[in-house]
Amino acid sequence: MLTETQDLKQTSAGSHTIDLTINGKHTTLSIEPWVSLLDCLRDHLNLTGTKKGCDHGQCGACTVLCDGKRVLSCLTLAVMKNGADITTVEGIANGEELHPIQQAFIDHDAFQCGYCTPGQICSAIGLLKEGKANSRAEVKELMSGNLCRCGANVGIIDAIMQVKDGGSYE
Amino acid sequence: MDLNKTVGKPISRLEGKLKVTGAAKYAAEYQADNLLHGYVVNSPVTKGKIINIDISGAMAIPGVIQVLSHENRPKLAWFDLQYTDMDAPPGTVFKPLHDENILYNGQPIALVVAEDFETARYASTQIRFEFEEKNFQTSLDQNIGEARAAKKGFATALKPPPPPPTGDFDEAFANAAVKVEAEFHHGTEHHNPIELFATTTVYEGPGKLTIYDKTQGTINNQLYVANIFGLRYKNVRVLAPFVGGAFGSGLRPQYQLFLCVMAALHLERNVRVVLDRKQMFSFSHRPPAIQTLRFASDINGRLTALGHRVLAETSNFEDYTEPTASWSHRLYPAPNTLFEQKVVPLDVYTPMDMRAPGGSTALHAIECTMDELSYKLKIDPLELRLINYSDMDPSSKKPYTSKALRACYLEAAERFGWDKRSPEPASMTRGNKLVGYGMATGIWDAFQFPARVEAMITSDGKLVLNNATTDIGTGTLTVMTQIAADELGLSIEEVDFQYGDSKKPFSMFQGGSAITSSTGVAIVIAAKALRKKLLKKAGEIPHSPFHKIAEEEVFFAAGQLCLKSDPGIFITLKDIIAFNNGRPIKTTNMGKPHMLKLRKYSLATHSASFVEVEVDKDLGVVTVTRAVTAVAAGKIINPKTAKSQILGSMVWGISKALHEETIMDTNLGKYINTNLGEYHIPVHADIGELDVIFAEEQDELINEIGTKGVGEIGLVGMPAAISNAIFHATGKRIYKLPIHFDELIG
Repeated sequence: MLTETQDLKQTSAGSHTIDLTINGKHTTLSIEPWVSLLDCLRDHLNLTGTKKGCDHGQCGACTVLCDGKRVLSCLTLAVMKNGADITTVEGIANGEELHPIQQAFIDHDAFQCGYCTPGQICSAIGLLKEGKANSRAEVKELMSGNLCRCGANVGIIDAIMQVKDGGSYE
Repeated sequence: MDLNKTVGKPISRLEGKLKVTGAAKYAAEYQADNLLHGYVVNSPVTKGKIINIDISGAMAIPGVIQVLSHENRPKLAWFDLQYTDMDAPPGTVFKPLHDENILYNGQPIALVVAEDFETARYASTQIRFEFEEKNFQTSLDQNIGEARAAKKGFATALKPPPPPPTGDFDEAFANAAVKVEAEFHHGTEHHNPIELFATTTVYEGPGKLTIYDKTQGTINNQLYVANIFGLRYKNVRVLAPFVGGAFGSGLRPQYQLFLCVMAALHLERNVRVVLDRKQMFSFSHRPPAIQTLRFASDINGRLTALGHRVLAETSNFEDYTEPTASWSHRLYPAPNTLFEQKVVPLDVYTPMDMRAPGGSTALHAIECTMDELSYKLKIDPLELRLINYSDMDPSSKKPYTSKALRACYLEAAERFGWDKRSPEPASMTRGNKLVGYGMATGIWDAFQFPARVEAMITSDGKLVLNNATTDIGTGTLTVMTQIAADELGLSIEEVDFQYGDSKKPFSMFQGGSAITSSTGVAIVIAAKALRKKLLKKAGEIPHSPFHKIAEEEVFFAAGQLCLKSDPGIFITLKDIIAFNNGRPIKTTNMGKPHMLKLRKYSLATHSASFVEVEVDKDLGVVTVTRAVTAVAAGKIINPKTAKSQILGSMVWGISKALHEETIMDTNLGKYINTNLGEYHIPVHADIGELDVIFAEEQDELINEIGTKGVGEIGLVGMPAAISNAIFHATGKRIYKLPIHFDELIG
């Protein structure tokens, strides 16, 4: 039988209670100190939109926004983020209304298999907020921590440039 | 009516919203009650035997349920044939946890099953193995003396050995006016889709499983599991609705599937096994190869002799081959040819198809050799291709069903600005950069497999289609929906194509750029049968204007069946189903290639790639600043998703030419860069301007829809075009891939 309910692990002696605000929802959970934020999201909270591609901080698929900044959730222990405000790909859209970056990704066919996409989208939103990238070359450079094996690079950068130039990411 | 056609329109991926919101679920993302987590232990030894396993340390850890190895695994099928799969090369298939023997470094030797992932991973470090090590061979270069012809088997039908020699190659080459001889070295590559290989097995009760698996072939893996574990086919259901890239690695069942299913059946629990990135280097790969090319021409550039010898790695248990040696003769006529292909068995896992297997390796060598010949002849490289252009396939002496390669050459050359190329090497600069232009040809097979599709009109007037194929990011869902919508005169929204499930009618695995032609044709055949049934049912309605009306006298549009003579006379599909008491009208049909007709033809897609590189004069750093690839692949169902397939392949070409290689330490017998930090693939900053052209190519012979496949052709010409551009920029001819900056300095 498949269940959609979140599977909170049994509290063991070494576990810690942490508070996270994830996609606007407050969550308290008990978690061992060695669980990464990535595995916490995927295995403990059933938020599988955030992807595991390498678990080494080398591919960017696990990128989420912590207090507005892009971080690699595979290199972050969940207990380190006690009290943090976390946005995952599931929390980017406003209900049924897609975020401009999400719509631009669809319009520019900025993905094929879709597996790196959540990380690319979170990273792009973080990048635009940082305000450091001013040209296409700079956007490409500062998005280079997010690998795409399908080779959708052109569409991804086109999508980000369209939103950046349109200024609709604020 | 044509205004409503969807084929040929750049429709955005229908699953796009699921992918950008994180709602698309991949194999490791299905939840199940009391799910156990498996972690694989891999052999640190390259060849030898396990003489002892001590699992007590692991079993003592709270949360560890079981450690499975060859010593305590459940009894299983022992007959090799039961482990085989649709893509198995000739030889003895690898059987995980079968016995104590170690055949290659990284071989799975145990599975730890625990209540959670972290515990399983930690426990995997607490198992003590004792090995007896044996000498091994993992170097292709040092073992070329062991080269032999590959064994033949079932897979040989799709991957034939090279044709016999023609004319007198040795004589012709020895006496040729102009000739080039060159040896090319290609390294190992691993597919490395970003999604890790994963299986979630839901234990549904004795002998019954639902399996979410990362695969390119749901039915292939269903049969594999049922055969090995002795289960009824109908009790094994393999689902793969989303696949996070595969590029060939999912054509065969991989060991996490076997181990996950074994654990689920043994423990009678739901189990998930996910590989880590290092483990993604512990199974299939593109084999390293050494190619010797000898091409000769007369003084006018007309080819007189083509020689191509290939030595490629295989494992010591299966003879994997990919057609490599004979591609040049499918492009260029020459009276004297000599093609040889041999395998060199080494202590590695069996290689496997990886995007454009054989073709991408071969065409790099072929098109670099053609480029070198063009400089010797002082003929423009494009002109040399046109001098040797053939409308028929010189190898089989059969005409192509279609071949718009000339248009590819000319349209891409114009878009690129090839006429601005100065012929001399190292003659173009931009600041501190040397600039080079290079071009190359691509060719790839146009395959079609048999496929079955169930098509039905439901009570809401919608068309539901069922087929077992996957969509590995190719756009299959969108493209099939478009084909089906046009066949029944419906909108995209009125079609529901369901796939990625072994319960659905047959599809081969998704490989060889073949699925659009395979499932697409089956849809056309099923739609035809469905139209007939709908018309017949409409004719049964009392006083129906469709009574005894022939198929030729009606058409389907806007959800209606209409009379051609008077389109004002129609009945909606919904009303036909209502007359059928609301029961769907359905049909299941097979689509298959017209073998008898097609035997008289050669079937291929073609491409031409033009590339500009900049090479830093001091540092040797190479940048592909821009590239244009023109493709002739028959009808393009969806220009948007097809363009993405070609763009993605072009990125793969850049990667093959400049970035990716798995490096074997032949002293240790293991790959040493088994992570995405050291296994380089292009990042966004590595990708310049890429442009795609689809040459007009109408093919009424190939199949019912005129498609030839776009999954691989965009890759085939790119590596050679880049190598040739680097030669043009620097005057340095590098006979290996990937090309590194240090080879271009000084």
